[in-house]
Amino acid sequence: MTGAPLTAAALLAAALATVGIGFYGIRLSRTTSDFLVASRSIGPHWNAAAISGEYLSAASFLGVAGLIAKYGADALWYPVGFTAGYLGLLLFVAAPLRRSGAYTVPDFAEFRLGSARLRKVAMVVVVVICSFYLVPQYQGAGLALKTLLGLPVWLGPVAVGGIVIINVVGGGMRSITFVQAFQYWLKLTAIAVPALALLVPFIRDGANLDGPLPPTVRQQTTVTVETDVVVQVAEPAGIVVTGDVDGVHLQHATFPAPGRYVLAHGTTLTLAAGSATPVVAGAPSAGSDWLASGRGLGGTHPLYQVLSIIIATFLGTMGLPHVLVRFYTNPDGRAARRTALAVIALLSLFYLFPTLLGVFARQFVPQLLITGTADAAVLLLPSAAIGGPAGAALAALVAAGAIAAFLATSSGLLVSIAGALSTDVLRGRVRDFRVAALIGGAVPIPLALLASSLELSRTVGLAFAVAASTLCPLLVLGIWWRGLTIVGAAWGLAVGGVASGVATTLAITGGIDDGLLGGWPAAVVGYPAAVTVPLAFLTMVAVSRLTASSRPPDVASIFARMHVPERLGMGIERLPRG
Amino acid sequence: MTSGRPQRERVILANRRGARVIRTRIEVQEQTQVGDALVRGLVRAQLGLALRLAAVILCTVAAIPLAMGMFPDLSAVGVLGVRLNWLILAVAVYPVLYGVGRLYVRLAEQGERDFVRVVDGEP
Repeated sequence: MTGAPLTAAALLAAALATVGIGFYGIRLSRTTSDFLVASRSIGPHWNAAAISGEYLSAASFLGVAGLIAKYGADALWYPVGFTAGYLGLLLFVAAPLRRSGAYTVPDFAEFRLGSARLRKVAMVVVVVICSFYLVPQYQGAGLALKTLLGLPVWLGPVAVGGIVIINVVGGGMRSITFVQAFQYWLKLTAIAVPALALLVPFIRDGANLDGPLPPTVRQQTTVTVETDVVVQVAEPAGIVVTGDVDGVHLQHATFPAPGRYVLAHGTTLTLAAGSATPVVAGAPSAGSDWLASGRGLGGTHPLYQVLSIIIATFLGTMGLPHVLVRFYTNPDGRAARRTALAVIALLSLFYLFPTLLGVFARQFVPQLLITGTADAAVLLLPSAAIGGPAGAALAALVAAGAIAAFLATSSGLLVSIAGALSTDVLRGRVRDFRVAALIGGAVPIPLALLASSLELSRTVGLAFAVAASTLCPLLVLGIWWRGLTIVGAAWGLAVGGVASGVATTLAITGGIDDGLLGGWPAAVVGYPAAVTVPLAFLTMVAVSRLTASSRPPDVASIFARMHVPERLGMGIERLPRG
Repeated sequence: MTSGRPQRERVILANRRGARVIRTRIEVQEQTQVGDALVRGLVRAQLGLALRLAAVILCTVAAIPLAMGMFPDLSAVGVLGVRLNWLILAVAVYPVLYGVGRLYVRLAEQGERDFVRVVDGEP
């Protein structure tokens, strides 16, 4: 690859810039309030760009395009849901949460229900959500380093995990708002410029993505299978295979007929120019299937999958700790609302481009569909479609954007983990923060290595499902329903957290066989939100009703504080101890 | 036809605003029965607004996969070479989300202004 040194330099520059900015930012923060909530003085526009900068992770930058390239129309629900989540946050959470004066979600739990033990339960949930969210970031790093530089896949999670841990242990990365705001514009540039540049060859070549056949490769392409894979061959002409196919060793042979074949690892396929790409089993093979809605994302019960994705992403955003903490930096509830609205606009703009790249990937790099690692599409597209120095430069830009995306997001997540652990479990000293950061950053690394078969956006979707089944009901019921009790909230968090957490762990570590009981167990484990979110809400309401006698006595004044506009002077800012 | 009539004027003999501001504000702040009722009204109004707009979005959004599932031919319709289902999900849905959000911000702020006006006793 001719662009490798350029790409490596871009990766290094982006990583160094992120770490350097983290250290620089920490020097500008003086007081505890500066550190945690930027003294609550950030206006809606800056804050919205900062939230988007921290929010757009590897899943958005790489995962959305990959998922669209692989599964087509139904994958479009992920970017829609990632954006619509902020509408849910705006409607139900933003202003009252800001007015509560709490500075983290566990602090809100203590403010609303007055229980230090519930605060601890909420803290555990925060750590679990952030850990699950870290998994796809590390996974994306492994994929990017492997795709761009040919490094072994375990190295990425270890390297990025190491950088993030050093960064957070060394200084913290609650960097100043303008840096995170800048991150948004950097990521937008790194994805928009290649997408717009690729629009030209896409329109010029005018490939037909419809029809009964899968996409065709444009020049002779050789693909080596690295893990055993089942592929769907629609048109055997032009494909030469060497290796173990269905357990039989073949040497320079062709597939005898269209159908399903098991390719062992080490198998090489050579596709002549213009031949139709085999497609990994489970993904739509024919172009017309890819274009049509209602085919789901592999597996059975597509309508259930889509419904569950909608529930997880629409409700999950309001339970993401690293996003919520930025809403506390607004001066008042009105600014919090305007911030959420501006985030919707910024994300709508961003997600146009991964969608375009997903479509382009089907034309320019269809060979990714053989192994199913379509998450690499964004990284490979510029050099495949444009080539030459321009392609190499665009590839380096994309690589820099990608590494910035997962470093920024994972630093933010790790600060949330370390902050929650050190103030609520340990004694809140700087040393405790560092120990917590070390543990919190290291635990997701093995999970990321196990999860490499699951697409990035799907792994993030699972983290959203956990958030939607735990913190979402706590916040929504806590803000709008006077009947919530400590016991009810704790039971809801426990039931929702265990149900969605077990499903997520199962899905990440391998999932459940599709053939079992008509595919329902596999569908529920892979997309748990449609079951676990109603379950968590019901548990919280039912147990609260049973323990109605233990409602906090001062609930009226707490409600007044959350809902009455600041002008009436009801608000009290809470600050951490110490 | 109004040319002959003198313009209407508002005549204020005594401004009783000060006394009322303090009384109603204190009622809200100290959670008397009146104050609590006012806050309950505000919470109910804001929740109703949020739920109504969420219902609008849910009906719109849930209708998309259901309609595509029930009428597969619908998604074959194309505009300028782009399928309708892609056009809706990749482009059209975002302005709808933003528009609903904007409407909510406007109405919620209006509700809060009304609340403050009641509390401060402004006409």
